[in-house]
Amino acid sequence: MKGTERGEFLMPSLGADMESGTVAEWLVKPGDQIRRGDAIAVIDTDKAMIEAESFHTGTVESLLVETGHRVPVGTPLAVIAAVPPHAAGPRARVASPLARTLAARLGVDLSAVHGTGRAGTIRAEDVREAAERETTTRETAARGVEPRPRERPRRTAPGPAEARPQPDHDWERRQETMRQAIARAMARSKREIPHYYLSTTVDMSAALSWLRERNRDLPVSGRLLPAAVLLKAAARAATEVPRLNGFWVDDAFVPGEAVHLGVAVSLKDGGLIAPALHDAACRELDDLMAALKDLVSRARTGRLRSAEMTEATITVTNLGDQGVESVHGVIYPPQVALVGFGKILDRPWAVDGLLGVRPVVTVTLAADHRATDGYTGARFLCTVDRLLNHPETL
Amino acid sequence: MSAGTAASRAASKAAPGDASTAAGKVAPEHVTHEHVTHEHAAHEHAAPENAAPGNAATATYREAMREAIREALRRDDRVFLMGEDVGAYGGCFAVSLGLLEEFGPERVRDTPLSEAGFVGAGIGAALGGMRPIVEIMTVNFSLLALDQIVNNAATLLHMSGGQFNVPLVIRMTTGAGRQLAAQHSHSFEGWYAHIPGLRILAPATTEDARGMLWPALEDPDPVLIFEHGSLYGVPGPLGSGPVDITSAALRRSGADVTLIAYGGTTPKALAAADALAAEGVEADVIDLRVLRPLDDATIMESVGRTHRAVIVDEGWRSGGLSAEIGARIAEHAFYELDAPIQRVCAAEVPIPYARHLEEAALPQVPSIVAAARETVTS
Amino acid sequence: MTPQRARELVEAALTRVAPDADLAALAPDADIREALELDSLDFLTYVETLSESSGCRIEEDDYPAFTTVAGGADFLVAHASAP
Repeated sequence: MKGTERGEFLMPSLGADMESGTVAEWLVKPGDQIRRGDAIAVIDTDKAMIEAESFHTGTVESLLVETGHRVPVGTPLAVIAAVPPHAAGPRARVASPLARTLAARLGVDLSAVHGTGRAGTIRAEDVREAAERETTTRETAARGVEPRPRERPRRTAPGPAEARPQPDHDWERRQETMRQAIARAMARSKREIPHYYLSTTVDMSAALSWLRERNRDLPVSGRLLPAAVLLKAAARAATEVPRLNGFWVDDAFVPGEAVHLGVAVSLKDGGLIAPALHDAACRELDDLMAALKDLVSRARTGRLRSAEMTEATITVTNLGDQGVESVHGVIYPPQVALVGFGKILDRPWAVDGLLGVRPVVTVTLAADHRATDGYTGARFLCTVDRLLNHPETL
Repeated sequence: MSAGTAASRAASKAAPGDASTAAGKVAPEHVTHEHVTHEHAAHEHAAPENAAPGNAATATYREAMREAIREALRRDDRVFLMGEDVGAYGGCFAVSLGLLEEFGPERVRDTPLSEAGFVGAGIGAALGGMRPIVEIMTVNFSLLALDQIVNNAATLLHMSGGQFNVPLVIRMTTGAGRQLAAQHSHSFEGWYAHIPGLRILAPATTEDARGMLWPALEDPDPVLIFEHGSLYGVPGPLGSGPVDITSAALRRSGADVTLIAYGGTTPKALAAADALAAEGVEADVIDLRVLRPLDDATIMESVGRTHRAVIVDEGWRSGGLSAEIGARIAEHAFYELDAPIQRVCAAEVPIPYARHLEEAALPQVPSIVAAARETVTS
Repeated sequence: MTPQRARELVEAALTRVAPDADLAALAPDADIREALELDSLDFLTYVETLSESSGCRIEEDDYPAFTTVAGGADFLVAHASAP
């Protein structure tokens, strides 16, 4: 925005399969001060409602597209008058060391905390307030369980009229466009990416008994699912075999800066979305489990953030809940690998010359042969195997 | 710097501004002396110098320091005072006034204008079993003796494999605020605090002025005492005797921000804490007292409670003592910080002569208050 | 806990994880994971919600009881001390 002092907020591309989007809601109005990273509009991508973040810091000058209008990716949606960098102060979501320490201790998500310090800096008192608010909310929720808001009609017995804000044909249209979006991305993947596939079967007895021990003394809310352990193992293996973590862009591999694990979430109404669990390899299992719950819940009912839609560096699909033994996935471009976990099943298993029954899971890898060879992929699966056999190290 | 003698110095007093005298020292010495003598005379009438001070007695910082030297001279025959004009003239800042008459010229010795010479003599006397107190007029002049202090006093114990310790005390005036301009106003104690082998003290109160000298003399290794020039006329309780020379002191308690000061900035930090309290901000005020080795525990304990720190130092910011303290807080208390560390230091210029410029160049109560406010609101 | 109250809690918890479900049409002994297409996260949320609302501790070993509406309600009647 050098010189012009003006920037445009464009319809973002929220994934390789997105060609156009609809402004579902404006979160700002002309005159509002915004910072780079602030969510300023909710974009309906056909697959999900995404909060799109501004790349500019400044004042919203005008909104160019009304809500409900569908425009191609790259269309200007708003004009933002820049403020000089020195006036903008530190970037959004700066938190003091004490605030970070407290947030970790109290389990507060800093991205949801409103900073009251200079230029929005999050300070300790902001974190304490957020923690108190969260406690209050949780207590309220525990008293009366409120159903999550949904936009589609009931499958069976018709509910009251107000439970159906959108007519049926709207919902069907949405299904159709989502199907088309998936079709485009998957067709591109199979057209452009020379996939190779590997698979291995991992003995899960160590991981499951470790989980049992760990969960035994915890309330239900603190317990881990096997899925969290599988995701963590995949993320850790991606850090150990970094050639599978990143993107294939312009005939070259671009490594991901961290492991942002795309998690394939099947939507209840059909369709699929794979938002990113940021920094999955570095997170503690508790944290990862909480983030997974949050991500899946927001993917299905609430809103995802645009960074979650665009920043996944490797994707994991877990079809175990559906009962299949293994899944050979299609890579989500421009990523270069997709990891699949099947159902954990009891199977005869030979150990030290004896046959026993062990819980096992089939882990698969679909990888882009342009970026890596089978040898690299094999190392990845061996690493997953090793990590799952030593769950205490995860 | 020309090497003068006491006689030529006496001549320079008779004819201030005489171009033939040691230009670097004439003006401040003269000005300071006149100023000090008047101030001192007033105190002489109010409180007789030789009255034995008790616990409840009050005195000026100057008198407290004099009382400390007097006690040391009485207590130990090996102690003697040496420096430029400490005898007949009573000390450039009148600290030793009357001591020559009381203890005689063997124990209160005037020296030639040669800092390297008489500091070296002090080191030799200490090695020979004496307990010298060497007075250097100002910290700027101590630079002439830097080689003796850094290369000899601080190193001999180490280089002799522990055979020769140097039980020397060097006192000197430091700091600005008295219109003595750029060659007599600086705060180089931070430089000395850089040197292993030295203990660096900065008494900020009359009790410390009186109480630090004796333990400094008892220390088997060299100790430097920095007396801020603006403190000499400040009255306070005389205290009851020796104090520790290892720890910082919490001079005021508050939960919101830690103000870290020493020497001449301590009263300013306390005044700033008063002003902050009126705004509802409660400050801890730490008087460092000992600049080497620094009392990290007291600093970290306070920052651990307040989560905010303002370091006040009349030295320059770049590469200074404030930088060292800031770095230590970042090393040991990073996760306790709720706001960036603030520093209030001297402007990065040679200290100006003109009063308004000098005041503008130094840490002042409003700038300390502003920095503290910044930590609380940012 | 009365069977009536247990049934209410079970239905409230199911409504939370499957807001569109027609509970009236759900057989008491049907596997809710299949009938309502619950995945492991949904099921965990269901158990967690029940554990919180009933004040009843639910071990991992007890999870199988909760795969049907009747099993979950019976468990609460037997184990929950609250009315």
